[in-house]
Amino acid sequence: MRFVSYVLARMRPENLLCLTPQGLCCRPAGVHVDPTRAVERALITHAHSDHARPGHGHVLATPETLRIMALRYGPDFAGSTQPIQYGEVVTLKGGVEVSFHPAGHVLGSAQILLEWNGYRAVVSGDYKRERDPTCAPFSPVRCDLFVTEATFGLPVFRHPPAHAEIAKLIASAELFPERAHLVGAYSLGKAQRVMALLREGGWQRPIYVHGAMTAITDFYLSEGIALGEIRHVAPEERKNLGGEIVICPPSALQDIWSRKFPDPVNAMASGWMRVRARARQSGIELPLVISDHADWDDLGRTVLETGAQDIWVTHGAEEALVYWCEQNGLRAKPLHLVGYGDEEADEIAAPVEGT
Amino acid sequence: MNRFAALLDRLAYEPRRNAKIRLLADYFRDTPDPERGIALAALTGGLSFQHAKPNMIRTLIGERTDPYLFQLSRDYVGDMAETVALMWPAKHGVNYVPTLAEIVAGLNEASKADLPARLASWLDGLDEVGRWALIKLITGSLRIGASARLAKTAVASMGQDISPDDVELVWPGLEPPYLELFAWVEGRSEKPESNNPAPFSPPMLSTAIEDTANWREALDPKDFAAEWKWDGIRVQAVGGRDADGRRVARLYSRTGEDISGSFPDIVASVNFLGALDGELLILRDGGVQSFNVLQQRLNRKTITTKLIDEFPAHIRAYDLLSADGEDLRALTFEQRRLRLDAFLAGAPNPAISLSPQIAFTSWDDLTAARADPASHGAGVDADAVEGVMVKRRAAPYVPGRPKGEWFKWKRDPFNVDAVLMYAQRGSGKRSSFYSDYTFGVWADGEEGEELVPVGKAYFGFTDEELLKIDRFVRKNTINRFGPVREVTHEPDEGLVFEIAFEGLSRSSRHKSGVAMRFPRISRIRWDKPPREADRIGHLEALLAPLV
Repeated sequence: MRFVSYVLARMRPENLLCLTPQGLCCRPAGVHVDPTRAVERALITHAHSDHARPGHGHVLATPETLRIMALRYGPDFAGSTQPIQYGEVVTLKGGVEVSFHPAGHVLGSAQILLEWNGYRAVVSGDYKRERDPTCAPFSPVRCDLFVTEATFGLPVFRHPPAHAEIAKLIASAELFPERAHLVGAYSLGKAQRVMALLREGGWQRPIYVHGAMTAITDFYLSEGIALGEIRHVAPEERKNLGGEIVICPPSALQDIWSRKFPDPVNAMASGWMRVRARARQSGIELPLVISDHADWDDLGRTVLETGAQDIWVTHGAEEALVYWCEQNGLRAKPLHLVGYGDEEADEIAAPVEGT
Repeated sequence: MNRFAALLDRLAYEPRRNAKIRLLADYFRDTPDPERGIALAALTGGLSFQHAKPNMIRTLIGERTDPYLFQLSRDYVGDMAETVALMWPAKHGVNYVPTLAEIVAGLNEASKADLPARLASWLDGLDEVGRWALIKLITGSLRIGASARLAKTAVASMGQDISPDDVELVWPGLEPPYLELFAWVEGRSEKPESNNPAPFSPPMLSTAIEDTANWREALDPKDFAAEWKWDGIRVQAVGGRDADGRRVARLYSRTGEDISGSFPDIVASVNFLGALDGELLILRDGGVQSFNVLQQRLNRKTITTKLIDEFPAHIRAYDLLSADGEDLRALTFEQRRLRLDAFLAGAPNPAISLSPQIAFTSWDDLTAARADPASHGAGVDADAVEGVMVKRRAAPYVPGRPKGEWFKWKRDPFNVDAVLMYAQRGSGKRSSFYSDYTFGVWADGEEGEELVPVGKAYFGFTDEELLKIDRFVRKNTINRFGPVREVTHEPDEGLVFEIAFEGLSRSSRHKSGVAMRFPRISRIRWDKPPREADRIGHLEALLAPLV
């Protein structure tokens, strides 16, 4: 017992995880987690493009993540792949044991637990604690080092209950039955969550989707997630969609594509909608504060629940969360990882052109 | 309160006027008395609270949050009230949501010492949006893009055949929570009695003379009188006596809003029984000042003696609607005008004067006067003249915009050829179009000729032209800043707009040093290379010399 605690006290988090130009690296196992450039061996937390890039030699990820990557990048997105179920333990080089645990972010998203010589590190990728009918709920994993995101790492970000935001959307569609309600939502995860929440909120009409998200949505349906009747928006049909709810990528809201709808109400489902200036800047009339990331309270709660003494903050508003951890007696440091962004913030800031 | 806050939240984001009216009406229909009446008072600016100050909010949040985290958050959000609303720590177990009516009653009865604790308990009970609205409400910055007029229009829309003017007419006799008003529009009771001793009368409005085909031939100059069209704000100054015989004076805007509070100097000078229709202007140094000067007096929250001394308000009267209890509106314009002369002569008043008429016998005479007001009688006041009004001598005073009676003939706008520099996406229906344009003219820069922005325009073009400009913007973007695109603007490459505008003033807020009034695009010069656009000197020549 004495010996074990001696070893633990000697073990520094940097022995297990370190930063390389490719991203976060587990040297003893010879793997990278969510590398931002092509590497030999990669562990992928979830399929959002800033975390899951094509071109790696070997990829270990949940079956859903692997299937979505294949859908987005084609079947040859990596040299070889290996699916791992939630809770399954795989032993890597150097005796490092790895297991994946639900992160509650999108379908297939996982936190990755790396265990070596009794030392446990969890790389959480992106995660949220709020209920989401389209993916497995986050489960806290005890560890010594917790690597967390901080996308919404400021105490102004407290996400309201998502069903209340959806109720606003439904009320608006009922008050303005002649206007199409366009909802900007990230194509993977957020869009399908909004659809599922609309069904829970009592919206029974068909939900229309932009062409850019039909493939992912069909994938969700094929995974057995109930979303009700989903219809692809046919270009010539746009003018007839008054009173309907149409889900599209955020960039499509400002796109020429949106012009043909009858007097559209521009809505957006994003945690950024909490801040008025952000919503206004994106030209949104109906902001819906619905996020797939942990809010400030949940970041702090999660950090404490893991029991970790070392907290590394990968991306987002690192400064405030690091400060908060230190105030709570934890060792914390920002990683300033370049290459991760919030998938939505990127889309909101740089609209793509369409025709 | 949360429902009211949700309304304010939605209004703040909604650009369409009609949608705002529906949102307001929907709220009024859904919300019981007296809550909705208090909300109406808040929306029409009828509430003010003595003790609540922004500082109090700052102290409260300081006691509840880490100063460093607050600083980081404040920097990110960029707005104090919003930061506090979002950061206020949720208090578990508090599940009582205060109503707006309770909050307003509480604000009125709480003592200064008592207020912080009450405020804190309300903030505990509200959600983020509710807290935002409450802080905006008590700090008096309820700028939500919905005017008092819009709220009254929404109330009118709840009834059958009730116009906003009808609501405006009964309004001065009503008090929050407006139970009789809602009962009336909902058809549950009769129209409330207007016991306003100094009531507003809906004004008579004009049409543009150019809208009448061949007006120079169709209209006979003998049938018309003309006067200057002042560039001020249309007002009605009304004096009356209440049931106890006390004098009551009120000043109304064109839409019937009571603006007495903003012009105590005018109200104090209303020493008559009657209703005058005229233009509110600033009269200083013996002359009427331009609209730019008047603007410095408008929209001020507190009216200080200094402000009144610096910007003395004055009414140029051009019509008399009632005098000593007699309704004159059925008389002809000519008869009313004689009564107005006598009325003003009988009770001299330094704050009110007669708006002079322009002598003319032919439309050519009037054309000359319009082109050069200074030498046709307007003299030093010419800066505040924006054209002429042509009124039928035989016309009675008819509320609304009767055809063929009163005409406005605005002076020709100024023009400048300017180069498109930046384009921004519009809002609402135009959110997928680059429809707001910043344009510039040439000036001497450090490295030779450069374009300096001189204004922004977002109307004056057809839908078809908008499509073409939008396409041009998308194809010629050289830079992007959020919703704004910088567009190619080189001497030989770029797009020239002919911009029409009503006036120009000096401005320290603009790099060019000038600000335009009512700029709009009058023509798109696809044919003109940017190098042939105007220079800043062309605009500077229009500025009145600095005194």
